[in-house]
Amino acid sequence: MKKESDFFDRPKVRKTLLVMFVVSFIILLVSDFFVHKHSYFYWDGIPAFNAVFGLVGSLSLVLIAKYLRPLIMREEKYYD
Amino acid sequence: MTSIFPPAIVFILGALIIPFLKGRLKSVYMLILPIIAFLVLRGIPEGNYVIAQIMDKDLFLRIDKLSLVFSYVFILVTFIGIIYALHVKESGEHIAAFVYAGSALGVVFAGDLITLFIFWELLTIAALFIIWSNRTKAAQSAGFRYMLVHLFGGVSLLSGIILRVVETGSTDFGYIGLGGLSSYLILLGVAINVGIPPMHSWLVDAYPEASVTGTVFLSAFTTKAAIYVLARAFPGEEILIIAGVVMAVFPIFFAVLENDLRRVLSYSLINQVGFMVVGIGIGIPLAINGAVAHAFADILFKSLLFMGVGAVLYRTGTAKGTDLGGLYKSMPITMIFTLIGAASISALPLFSAFATKSMIITASGKEGMTVVYFLLLFAAAGVFHHAGIKIPFFTFFAHDSGKRPKEAPLNMLVAMGIAAFLSIFIGVYPQALYSILPNMVDYVPYTADHVISQLLLLFGAFTAFAFLMYTRIYPPEKRSINLDTDWFYRKAAPAVVSLIGAPLGRIYAWLSRAILETLPGFLTWFSKNPIGAIKISADSIMLSISGGNKEAQKRLQKEKAAYPGTLKEWSISTAVSIALVIFAVYMILFFS
Repeated sequence: MKKESDFFDRPKVRKTLLVMFVVSFIILLVSDFFVHKHSYFYWDGIPAFNAVFGLVGSLSLVLIAKYLRPLIMREEKYYD
Repeated sequence: MTSIFPPAIVFILGALIIPFLKGRLKSVYMLILPIIAFLVLRGIPEGNYVIAQIMDKDLFLRIDKLSLVFSYVFILVTFIGIIYALHVKESGEHIAAFVYAGSALGVVFAGDLITLFIFWELLTIAALFIIWSNRTKAAQSAGFRYMLVHLFGGVSLLSGIILRVVETGSTDFGYIGLGGLSSYLILLGVAINVGIPPMHSWLVDAYPEASVTGTVFLSAFTTKAAIYVLARAFPGEEILIIAGVVMAVFPIFFAVLENDLRRVLSYSLINQVGFMVVGIGIGIPLAINGAVAHAFADILFKSLLFMGVGAVLYRTGTAKGTDLGGLYKSMPITMIFTLIGAASISALPLFSAFATKSMIITASGKEGMTVVYFLLLFAAAGVFHHAGIKIPFFTFFAHDSGKRPKEAPLNMLVAMGIAAFLSIFIGVYPQALYSILPNMVDYVPYTADHVISQLLLLFGAFTAFAFLMYTRIYPPEKRSINLDTDWFYRKAAPAVVSLIGAPLGRIYAWLSRAILETLPGFLTWFSKNPIGAIKISADSIMLSISGGNKEAQKRLQKEKAAYPGTLKEWSISTAVSIALVIFAVYMILFFS
């Protein structure tokens, strides 16, 4: 067994990463109100539209996939 | 005839020498081959060159901007893929890889339909041998299915080509456009290689079954060579926009559920190719540039991701999400390279797809295609979800699997390093890639608006992932497979065959038993003592009519037990006399 890092298991590192993420998210959200938009449709020019779209889109993606699972999931040996 | 040496031939003929070389010499030779191909290519100015003739038809080599971009990235990824595979001692897979890459070069330089078809088929055969060189039973049967699907595509392409040559009298391969049966047949043949649903399942079926090194090659060539043909022959066809959007959207649902990480990557391959197909369908210069640029970037970051997951598979023996986790502790370099691949496919600013995928989405916005624009945006968030987060998260972080594999071998790290460097290079300095694109387009990816809105999209998606993981709503990884359209030929078709086949088989079995066993058996039994046999039969009938008379039953049993009994032996002379009498009667009748 060679040298082993536990960098991402340290609570301090995890907390720092989380804080960095939240802070940069807030900065981005605020700056989105001031940036000049080249929007193609009236709604994608709304500030923070992409953030909401990314959030809602991903939530629905996973939830739809989750409820699709009983329909398409089979055991590993299904085709054997 | 000109004395041009086609770059495709460098690879295909060059591959034949590989089995005669050993050790370091073989490695050096394989690394030099792509360099030779590149130098040969640089030595040929743009233009059309007649290479040979078949049945009065010229076979062309065409070098223009569109074919050059594809050939550059094909040669580049061959070089990277060979470095990644240097530890493989057997020559078989290397030969197949070079023939495969050479065929892809042949496709992009084909100036006529005959050359196109020849290399198209060679591409399929070489891919098949790459799949088979994994030598597992799963790879073997996946290879057969791969072959059947692509043979169908090849036949469709060939029929289209023949019809077209008869209609137009020319074998020239250029813009075709939809209209008439021949063009539809050609498009169908190409669509199978592109992986347009429902003809996509060969990809997720076969690619994850190939070897660690083979999959890297497979991911690069077949679909992208087909994208080249679409861009050449069918730009601006509206049906491609619809097909592309479906391709970009539907695989992300499968990718979220899939447990085999190489299969997740195969779904994301379809999703990325979907963006390219949309770009070609939109057809304006910006969109075509976007499709080509994204193909270039995708070949690099997709091979990088396959290499990262492949290295993990090579070291741990598994690529299943359920069995992995916490590998960053012992494979940190592989983790960093995989993260770079993940960032590139997710179009994070400063990584390649940010500068390429956005051209396609922008083009759809410029053309006012509201639905397309938002579905592509959704697909972009979705790809971040499964390729950007899921792949690295479940492999290197998540729950600790307890596995502590060694870091990937040096050659694999070097190959991943090159692909990672190029993915960042394109992201940081996209002008280098833009300058070799087929159309002159002024596109600036780095605007404050674009950077911020893209980051917000990804941050939003990441927040969703974190929320779902934290609340445990995220569907846990499960050992399973997911049904896809290959179900139709793997389950439904065999079921239909057995549905029709089973009754037919039963009839056949009954007939053959009646004719070959029951009837001769009866005749043998009967001829042993015809009189006794008739008597038994008559008694049985009488018994069944009279209804269970005990005495008759006993008598019948006795008769059966005594059968055939001793027959009265006739002397030979009697038999001959009877025969002579019959013969005499026959003669009299005949001559009278």
